[in-house]
Amino acid sequence: MHIHALDTYRPGSSLVHRLDARVKLVVALLLILTAVLLPEQSWLAYGLLQALLLGVTIVSRVGVGLVQRRAAVALPFTLAALTVVFVTPGQVLFSIPVPGGAWAVSDAGLLRFLSIVVRSYLSIQAAVLLAATTPFPALLQAMRALGIPRTLVAIGSFLYRYLFVLADEAQRLLRAREARAALPRTADRVRRPGRSLPWRACVTGGMAGSLFIRSYERSERIYTAMLARGYDGEIRSFSLPAMRAVDWLWGAAAILTLAVILILSRWGVRWGT
Amino acid sequence: MFAHVLFSPIPMHIPDGFLSLSVAVFCWLLAAAGVGLALWRSRHDLGQQQAPLMGVLAAFIFAAQMLNFPVAGGTSGHLIGGTLAAALLGPWASMLTMTTVVAVQALLFQDGGLLAMGANILNMAVIAPLVGYGVYRGVRLLAGERRWGLLLGGFVGAWASVVVASVAAAIQLGFSGTSAIGVALPAMAGVHVLIGIGEGLITVGALALVSQVRPDLVKAGGAGAPGGLRWTAVGLLVALALTLISPLASPSPDGLERVAEDLGFIEAAQSAPYEIIPDYVFPGISNEALATIAAGVVGTILVFGIAVGIAALYRRRSSARLVS
Repeated sequence: MHIHALDTYRPGSSLVHRLDARVKLVVALLLILTAVLLPEQSWLAYGLLQALLLGVTIVSRVGVGLVQRRAAVALPFTLAALTVVFVTPGQVLFSIPVPGGAWAVSDAGLLRFLSIVVRSYLSIQAAVLLAATTPFPALLQAMRALGIPRTLVAIGSFLYRYLFVLADEAQRLLRAREARAALPRTADRVRRPGRSLPWRACVTGGMAGSLFIRSYERSERIYTAMLARGYDGEIRSFSLPAMRAVDWLWGAAAILTLAVILILSRWGVRWGT
Repeated sequence: MFAHVLFSPIPMHIPDGFLSLSVAVFCWLLAAAGVGLALWRSRHDLGQQQAPLMGVLAAFIFAAQMLNFPVAGGTSGHLIGGTLAAALLGPWASMLTMTTVVAVQALLFQDGGLLAMGANILNMAVIAPLVGYGVYRGVRLLAGERRWGLLLGGFVGAWASVVVASVAAAIQLGFSGTSAIGVALPAMAGVHVLIGIGEGLITVGALALVSQVRPDLVKAGGAGAPGGLRWTAVGLLVALALTLISPLASPSPDGLERVAEDLGFIEAAQSAPYEIIPDYVFPGISNEALATIAAGVVGTILVFGIAVGIAALYRRRSSARLVS
């Protein structure tokens, strides 16, 4: 497997792909902000945001399944919020007997937990869509436009450039280890010369150390090569392309929609409660 | 249920939706201050080599996180890297590399949220390297130029950085009202006390190899480098500040919601779910949780103390041997 398969960008020529990266970044951030600011249990507003995201997904043609699958990665984290089910006061639905008493599950707690999970899920979809429709270098340029320090953006672009190179090296190290040692007895009962857990951890540490030295020496070669090509410490980059009318239009429309959803659900009708 | 929380690998990357706006913004401000300082200081140290070196080494941390080792039952441990980076590159440079790693993880792989990125940077790229490096430097200072100082410092530093970062994440969730801190903090810290051991072992393995192959690289952050005690003090201060904040996190309403409430425009929207979180309804857990927090704090200080104590003993013995 070539490691480039890891990149989450899905090439395409849809309307969403062609939009300016700055617009996409700002709109994604504002959508996440809206999701955070929406009151709990405003289910209709959540539904509208989901419809919006679904619409963008369909227009971008990256695949509804892909976005949903990727968005599920953060679901394990919901465990951290599970505790609100028990500590929020409200009508007790049922209780779980535990040694020394019982934990009461309240209706308010359950609704609160669901709200957190749904809002988180909406936010992740926005981030997934952003990454799937925007090449990472364009995203970095957009961040520069939003005032992220130039040096940090430069470090980010080096990271992106060499991430896949070094990930390939890491995979080679893993393959070499697999061929030799450091695995516990596998399911098929083939006995491998893997030893205790600390030993396995230290072997992995040795791999990390060797990868570090390779990376460090690579960075020295890169720096020398940059010097040879006239690098003087100044990170230069192309100036950002001008925003087109269509970028302004779609950006404004998206922001307006988000604002309407937010205002109505916060200060308007009490939806869905 | 509790066992389930304990044994599932809770990732430390907080996704969006779990932090309230005020907590997210506050963390962004703290993270920006830390990263800004790191940018300035490492520019001073590295000069024009900064961007290529930091960039490639950030890619290294990213790739090194792919190196996992089988633990048991299909689970595996892998490196997080804050302390290893700090030991090899120094604290400022490691803060920068970890910042870009966390940012790219969120932007490219949705590992951690965008709005929550400030908090993730604060935990994994500012607090973790500071605490890890502080402990590492403390032990190395005591050990002098001896090799065990490098290894022990690496292990304890890596362990402490992971645990403290997870405690910081639990505190942020507590302040946001998305997690009952009395349960979340012991659970997160408990899981990461174990994860930290793996982190420590990998860090030791890596440092041992680098010190054999390129001893010049670990010397840079070694016992001879200036300002060692200051870093140890900074690391301890960060850890202590977190432990002092943690009790405040549980009864806290969301700050911004509170302001909105005071200004009187929130009632129209909804009945306040952000009322002060009441006393825990877990029977007996309330006190137990506080006890666990206290135990965690005492434990951290004890481990630190023991590490430093062992180091001091060793030093006395070896210097005595030198004298005789």
